[in-house]
Amino acid sequence: MITKRIIPCLDVRNGRVVKGVNFEGLSDVSSPVELGKYYSDNGADELVFYDITASAEGRELFTDILCEVARTIFIPLTVGGGINTLEDFDRVLKCGADKVSVNSGAIRNPELITQAAQKYGDQCVVISADVKRVDGVFRVFAKGGRENTGMEAVSWIKSCVDRGAGEVVLNSIDTDGVKGGFDLEMLRAVSEAVNVPVIASGGAGCIDDFVELFHTLPKVDAGLAASIFHFGEVEIPHLKKVLKENNINVRL
Amino acid sequence: MIGIIDYGVGNLFSLKSSFEAIGEEVFVSGDKEELKKASGLILPGVGAFADAIAKLRETALDEFVKEQAEKGTPLMGICLGMQLLFEKSFEYGEHEGLALLKGQVVPMLDSIPKELKIPHIGWNALHKTGAVSPLLKDVNEGDCVYFVHSYYAQDCDDSLIATTEYGKELTAAVAKGNVMGCQFHPEKSGAVGMKILRAFSEICK
Repeated sequence: MITKRIIPCLDVRNGRVVKGVNFEGLSDVSSPVELGKYYSDNGADELVFYDITASAEGRELFTDILCEVARTIFIPLTVGGGINTLEDFDRVLKCGADKVSVNSGAIRNPELITQAAQKYGDQCVVISADVKRVDGVFRVFAKGGRENTGMEAVSWIKSCVDRGAGEVVLNSIDTDGVKGGFDLEMLRAVSEAVNVPVIASGGAGCIDDFVELFHTLPKVDAGLAASIFHFGEVEIPHLKKVLKENNINVRL
Repeated sequence: MIGIIDYGVGNLFSLKSSFEAIGEEVFVSGDKEELKKASGLILPGVGAFADAIAKLRETALDEFVKEQAEKGTPLMGICLGMQLLFEKSFEYGEHEGLALLKGQVVPMLDSIPKELKIPHIGWNALHKTGAVSPLLKDVNEGDCVYFVHSYYAQDCDDSLIATTEYGKELTAAVAKGNVMGCQFHPEKSGAVGMKILRAFSEICK
């Protein structure tokens, strides 16, 4: 049977991997190529590269680095950040990305999902959503979590899947960086509403958080994290061994 | 040198890089004269069956691939490239394939339990079956590889060498003489995938 996936996420700005806590206070971690290769050789099931560069020069640098990463790693590679047009899809797919993740670009123009799914296939299009509770309602935030769109999250994500998104990355702003565990309530709401893989993001602080995630929500397909992997607080081979001991099917 | 057949379907960057990573020289080409010199051929493919077979026919690469396979050149289809090796596909209609292997390609929809997601996407375990193939000589029972597909090959008879379980046993790898195929992506399957590419390279020598 298909295995649960463990996915390190690398936020890249100006050619370097950074990690923010609650999206602020970024600090340099390492080189994207080195870190990518390390994860690929050490049990990661997939990598997500997220471009948080604002400038055109930074974007060009990111594209170059992406090609370098894709030459080095031989596991699936998802790329997100600054994806607003079909040309952006083309640019990163040509560098060797397998999937492309859209967030703000899809909020501005939901038709982007439809067109990309038609052109590259559903399996290639990932909808990434930054979600936060506002007065008890799950709301979609844009621009890296800074702007409340006012949209209700579950219905937004469902509409993206209906348009052809083949996978969902659900990032809870409420739990991101807190290291107190994944946002199980939010993940439950989304994973019960869609029939495509859901990747949990935001909040993992220790191995038990992953065990709890997959035990509580068997419909969640993958767990994504950044800093706990980058700083070696959780080592993926060990994490997967513990998951296996807890009867969670993983690739060893 | 191994030739990766370029017929305008999908991105061949990862495939080429993965052979380079194991120290094998490869080239990507759509030119028959170039490809004729190859010691082995890779037939890649992503997207829809009908588009892919149409593109092969437009350039007469379909006949070329068949000729080379019949001459004994090692040939490996990957993902949709594997599906093209069969007699026909029922993906959006009914389409003739290269018919190098017996069998047909059918949708997973309605043949696997409803609660399973389609496409079948992710890492899944290989179960070796049927004849022992040099392609999988370094693969262990239960090794995981990376799949992305919504259709699968059935009735492959004696070419079936590995399956994967997703609601039912799905065809994962096939081989009959010099004609081979993987439903999964060896170039995205980490160390296990590399072993398969290395085994194919050895077959080509």
